[in-house]
Amino acid sequence: MTVLRRLALPALALLVAACSEQPEPKDEVVVYTSRNDELIKPVFDAYTEQTGVSIRYITDNAGALAARLKAEGEQSPADLLVTVDAGNLWQATEEDLLQPVESTVLEGNVPEHLRDGQGRWFGLTQRARTIVYSSERVQPSELSSYEALADEQWKGRLCLRTSKKVYNQSLVATMIERLGEEEAERVVRGWVDNLATDVFANDNAVMEAIIAGQCDVGIVNTYYFGRLQRDNPQLPLKLFWANQDSSGTHVNISGGGVTRNAPNREAAVALLEWMSKPEAQKLLADGNLEYPASSGVEAAEQVKAWGDFKADDLNVSVAGSRQVEAVKLMDRAGYR
Amino acid sequence: MPVTADRRPDRYLIIAGALALAVLLPVAVLLSAWRGDESETWRHLVDTVLWRLLGHTAWLVIGVGIGVLLLGVSLAWLVATQDFPGRRVLDWALLLPLAMPAYVLAFVVVQGLDYAGPVQTALRQWWPGFSGFSARHPFWVIATLSLVFYPYVYMLARLAFLTQGRAVMEQARLLGRGPWAAFFQVALPMARPAIAAGLALALMETLADFGAVSVFNFDTFTTAIYKSWYGLFNLAAAAQLASLLLLFVLLALWLERRGRGRARYGDRGGRPMVAVRSRWAWLMTCYAGLVVVLAFVLPAARLLYWTLDDVARGLDARFMSLALRTLTLGISAGVLVVGLASVLAWLQRLRPHRLMRALVRTATMGYALPGSVLAVGIVIGFAAIDRQLGQWFGWKQLLVGSLGALFLAYVIRFMAVAFGPVESALERVRPALLEAARTLGAQPLEAARRVLLPMVAPGLITALLLVGIDIMKEMPATLLLRPFGWDTLAVRIYELTAEGEWQRAALPSLALVAVGLLPVYLLVRRLRHF
Repeated sequence: MTVLRRLALPALALLVAACSEQPEPKDEVVVYTSRNDELIKPVFDAYTEQTGVSIRYITDNAGALAARLKAEGEQSPADLLVTVDAGNLWQATEEDLLQPVESTVLEGNVPEHLRDGQGRWFGLTQRARTIVYSSERVQPSELSSYEALADEQWKGRLCLRTSKKVYNQSLVATMIERLGEEEAERVVRGWVDNLATDVFANDNAVMEAIIAGQCDVGIVNTYYFGRLQRDNPQLPLKLFWANQDSSGTHVNISGGGVTRNAPNREAAVALLEWMSKPEAQKLLADGNLEYPASSGVEAAEQVKAWGDFKADDLNVSVAGSRQVEAVKLMDRAGYR
Repeated sequence: MPVTADRRPDRYLIIAGALALAVLLPVAVLLSAWRGDESETWRHLVDTVLWRLLGHTAWLVIGVGIGVLLLGVSLAWLVATQDFPGRRVLDWALLLPLAMPAYVLAFVVVQGLDYAGPVQTALRQWWPGFSGFSARHPFWVIATLSLVFYPYVYMLARLAFLTQGRAVMEQARLLGRGPWAAFFQVALPMARPAIAAGLALALMETLADFGAVSVFNFDTFTTAIYKSWYGLFNLAAAAQLASLLLLFVLLALWLERRGRGRARYGDRGGRPMVAVRSRWAWLMTCYAGLVVVLAFVLPAARLLYWTLDDVARGLDARFMSLALRTLTLGISAGVLVVGLASVLAWLQRLRPHRLMRALVRTATMGYALPGSVLAVGIVIGFAAIDRQLGQWFGWKQLLVGSLGALFLAYVIRFMAVAFGPVESALERVRPALLEAARTLGAQPLEAARRVLLPMVAPGLITALLLVGIDIMKEMPATLLLRPFGWDTLAVRIYELTAEGEWQRAALPSLALVAVGLLPVYLLVRRLRHF
């Protein structure tokens, strides 16, 4: 016991020392983000350089960060939540983790369908999810829409990523909104019937399977395609803009919102506004070959080369409000 | 001294109780989810996917259980009792897979062996009729996890076989048993406690795994947990599901208890077991070598191959600090966990009654919960304490996002890993030895230093290395609880894999393996001293 007693005090002192942090300076924004350090750091660094405001951040996935924000409540040091997928942002508002912001800058820069009606979150980049096909075995004239991939002609030729990925949940959520639940389920069942093999764990695997000849078409986010193309310009794959004759190609966003209990609200709004401006938009979008949310800003050269397309102008919050329905629908349809 | 009931509370119980309480905090948070009515989510899961997932989980547990037992016990037996070419190298090389995170090996297997991978592509070129196979078949999942988790069984069984000494086997042979019968009737039963402890660790890892199975897209019970949380936005239902995994822990503990039976570790080494070289020696070399190649050399080579493209981009200034921080965290938090495990094991020895045993068991439950669910439980628990402290003293948030909280999280999660080796090390020290030392005039501290410490040191170091490696590989709690700027290699791997950049994740993965090698190397040097 004496040993224990002798160790206990220094250990306690150490713990307290480790726990206590320096007081925050005023000019600081704390960000919780699910975006890659590599992508977000240049953006934050540029901001710090221009304004002198320092930014502290941690990265983790959106679900965990939201759980932490909720648990911390009024004590939370976070000012800003920046994450991918409108569904996650929508869910954050459901949990009352974000507060409304009125900003003419943000409202001017971010199109209406890419932000929350009450200003609780704003899209920062757009991520298009569309059809990818083998340029060796498929003519673009054979393709038209996501729904058409459920047709008999694609039997044994379709590759998909798992339904557990939120991108597919968002896509099906918008299909439910556009087509109704019954029709959406018919489409998803058709996809499952057409699968060439078990669904894959990621978009890259889908494209590699198409290249290897295991299947002919798939559905992927364009920046995954862009990365493969950057490494191998002779890729035997092409993108097809889906649903150009109907609703337009499905887009999701990465975006951010000011937290409910932000200690430094004004600085958070200023940072968010800056991120919607051209310079930051370029950094955010080009860093991952995504599309800027702000309509006046051009995408990277490589991205522009894929051609213009009509994007679905349904408000992206549908991805959240119908996500649970979408997940249940895919479970019923046997889409793993 | 008259024997009267002592009214004062037992200090030993209080200390054990405090540690158990720390573990119970996140568990209680998870259990409190049962207050809510999540029947809608449950009904959906039961109607659609739950039964399939449970079936998958059962197969996985049975398959990996058999896999790690076959690999771990057979390899331990060979290394401990047979002489074959390359034995000295393979002895430690067989521990290398410990350093390989399960999700990394899983990715290498799927990427390498699936239809689009290099193996099948080459096969199709040579042999046009080749129709291919799926690398995401359950067989591959089981094989992968068995290759990652067998070292737990191998390490503990190896030590047990070595310490049995040669005499028991010789006696069995003299009494007319053949070599196989002697193994099954004498050596194996004697090593049962160690094997059971290793198996329990491997199975808990298997149950809690999400990273590796999701690479295979092999849906298990943890899939239902994450589907409820991320897909159905229902954290409460996820917590309910996760808390059910605790039932499996009870089962595993019961198994371990049963495996242990009345058996106790022997307390002396005796003469070394290694026999003369048999004519099957080269076959043994091939078998052990094949395991090392499949579980470590090939995957590491594959990672290295991917890394070549990316060295310049990946090896920035940040990288060194990531590696350094990973190592610092692994060692310092490892020391803390093992220290507390030793306290627990010692308390259990001083007060070997039921209540104490229950408290100690409680303190080791955290290992079986999926990491991210446990991490959220910890955050919710700590945040509640922070709020209370804030109300009482007006303090700012103290725990959440502090290094102290991260260390506590490691304690909660990895106590089981440290406790096993520490407990079995202590069991070898018969009380009579310490009493003898005291009788010979040694003060308590001197007795501890000169008798106890040399005897338990190997166990403590084994525990430290196992926990250190586990902490360095740990992802979800580190992600959620680290202070600002405290990124580790595992964090970097997460960031890259979350964006689908698996090939680029090869560099931090390889670094993690390399950093993990250091403890394995130390571990091996220690093991050899037996």
